[in-house]
Amino acid sequence: MIEIRFHGRGGQGAVTSCEILSMAIIEEGRYAQGFASFGPERRGAPVLAFVRAGDKALKLREQVYEPDIVAVLDPTLLRIVDVTSGLKENGWLILNTKKTLAEHKPKLRSDLNLAVVDATTISMDILHAPIVSVSILGGLVRATGIVELNSLEKPLLKRFGALLARRNKEALMQAYWNTAMA
Amino acid sequence: MPTRTPMEVSIAVAKAVQQADVDVIAAYPITPQTHIVEHLSELVANGELQAHFMNVESEHSAISAMVGAAAAGASTFTATSSQGLALMHEILFIAASLRLPIVMVVANRALSGPISIWNDHSDIMAERDIGWIQVFCETGQEAYDAILHAFRVVRDPNVVLPMVVNIDGFNLTHVIEPIYLFEQEELGDYLPEHRQSLKLDIDHPITMGPVGIPEVYTEAKKQVEDALINSKQVILAAWQEFGRRFGRAYAPIETYRVEDAQILLMTMGVISRTAMGAVDRLRDAGKPVGLIRCRLWRPFPLPEFREAVRQASIIAVIDRHISLGAHSGPVGQEVRSALYTLPNRPQVFDFVLGLGGRDVTVHDFLEIVELAEQYATQGPPESEYTLIGLREV
Amino acid sequence: MAEKVEKRAIIGWRNLALGCAILEPGSSMHLLTGTWRLQRPVVDPEKCNQCGLCHIYCPDLAMTKTAAGTYEPDLNYCKGCGICAEECPKDAITLVEEKE
Repeated sequence: MIEIRFHGRGGQGAVTSCEILSMAIIEEGRYAQGFASFGPERRGAPVLAFVRAGDKALKLREQVYEPDIVAVLDPTLLRIVDVTSGLKENGWLILNTKKTLAEHKPKLRSDLNLAVVDATTISMDILHAPIVSVSILGGLVRATGIVELNSLEKPLLKRFGALLARRNKEALMQAYWNTAMA
Repeated sequence: MPTRTPMEVSIAVAKAVQQADVDVIAAYPITPQTHIVEHLSELVANGELQAHFMNVESEHSAISAMVGAAAAGASTFTATSSQGLALMHEILFIAASLRLPIVMVVANRALSGPISIWNDHSDIMAERDIGWIQVFCETGQEAYDAILHAFRVVRDPNVVLPMVVNIDGFNLTHVIEPIYLFEQEELGDYLPEHRQSLKLDIDHPITMGPVGIPEVYTEAKKQVEDALINSKQVILAAWQEFGRRFGRAYAPIETYRVEDAQILLMTMGVISRTAMGAVDRLRDAGKPVGLIRCRLWRPFPLPEFREAVRQASIIAVIDRHISLGAHSGPVGQEVRSALYTLPNRPQVFDFVLGLGGRDVTVHDFLEIVELAEQYATQGPPESEYTLIGLREV
Repeated sequence: MAEKVEKRAIIGWRNLALGCAILEPGSSMHLLTGTWRLQRPVVDPEKCNQCGLCHIYCPDLAMTKTAAGTYEPDLNYCKGCGICAEECPKDAITLVEEKE
């Protein structure tokens, strides 16, 4: 079983990230739950979304407390939220940031794996909006290989329709190839 | 072959309603039921479902419209949550009393106050006695299946009662998971056509809902009670038929790893899956712990329940509603009264948790089992129930 | 002492129609509310202008039109409530006491 926690801000796309990733995992014939830390939608407020994946039907419906992977959609969250809380030993932290690996790495728990991607710039370039739900997945998939890239196509199409899906796919690939890891 | 589709549970529920070919939907939006009726209104607007979608000004109107439409012989569906269900209260009894086959989803959510939009069972527990068939679901697949099952049950001429399908708000309604959806042809005649013998028809006028004078009221209530109790046969047969045709069998009381279990957890709804995870851990540690899950809540499956707990010495009942001023939660009360007349009955300890959206975890169940063992050996707690996760100061 | 409890019911639950419905149209015809009457309305056809207000206001639809166009109570159903007399704009209806 693999558990993932997304940190984002209301309206930024964390729930969409979790939707698309969980759908992609299911498309591969595996089991997944995609869900959010439900609440009244408030734009800008810190939000959590979760994905739980497994090869067998999941006998667990609690929130994710000890994730294997944490993805952070907004670098300013690092100042107000302990994003690595509960993150398993040797777990992955995926950051949307303009800073480099070298700038972040020393501030982190030494056992953690880190991947950084400038998802905001990619989304602004391609989608003309700071919505990083899909570009952050580029970094996450590159670092962890949790799904095949192809498996994301159907969920993207379902979520965005043909035109937007194509642009999001472009953002996904751009992020995928521009992710740095250590 | 059914297609395995990743989707939000609410959408799957709407899909099942579409496949049941309902005639009239009336609903008022309330979190966390909203996605279900939003999707249904889309299906109607797009012409994918030939039904009348009534936008009403309140839940009281929604259920009243359902009563009217059902009385006119239409196949009807509505969905609500929490305050919305509470606003329907007075009409719910009337729907059962008039013997109207309405199907309703309750996306279970805490009742105010304080205001809470999150999941527990306080909304439906306040409506235990409305005379509707009531079932609970644990997964999205079960929710989809339960809707199809519900329409088959209420359309049976031996039932003719309304039915509630309880789907935990957010924790089930808003989760994306794999769901096997049937093609319409695969469903075949599992869903019978909606035909009602008793309906308002100007060519054959009848009176529905006359005054129940004292010389009739008791007999009218007995008729509904008898129909509700007897509906169990149809409910079971429809589940068995579902299993035969589609390979997923359901039962009023379902068990998990109960072989030689001395301690039984008892749950309803989505938290049952987390309880399974807890039971796995305890079994791995060599503890004789099992789980029983109550799927059919009304009519309460008394013989099946008694049979399921026959071997156990301790039952730890989980309640997701606090019954203010009573000695325990509603499920705890039900279980205790179900066992009271038996000569050798297990000890029952009641635990209230997961109120107003507080997450229910594997750890909670481990604590409950530990407490139940402690109560059994060192004497029961001061209070007849234990509030789990309560912070004192 | 009160009689046996079952006697207080007018129908057994097994015989009750589904949903306590009344399946016979117009079954209230069987209830002769005329037996409740203490006073009966008497219409003066000379004063009656045939407006029909008594027919409209009568809670039991007991005021019926005659061949002449004026109105007369159907005494099987007239409860003697007096609404017709109250509403008649021509004071054509008077209530007289029922004799023993």
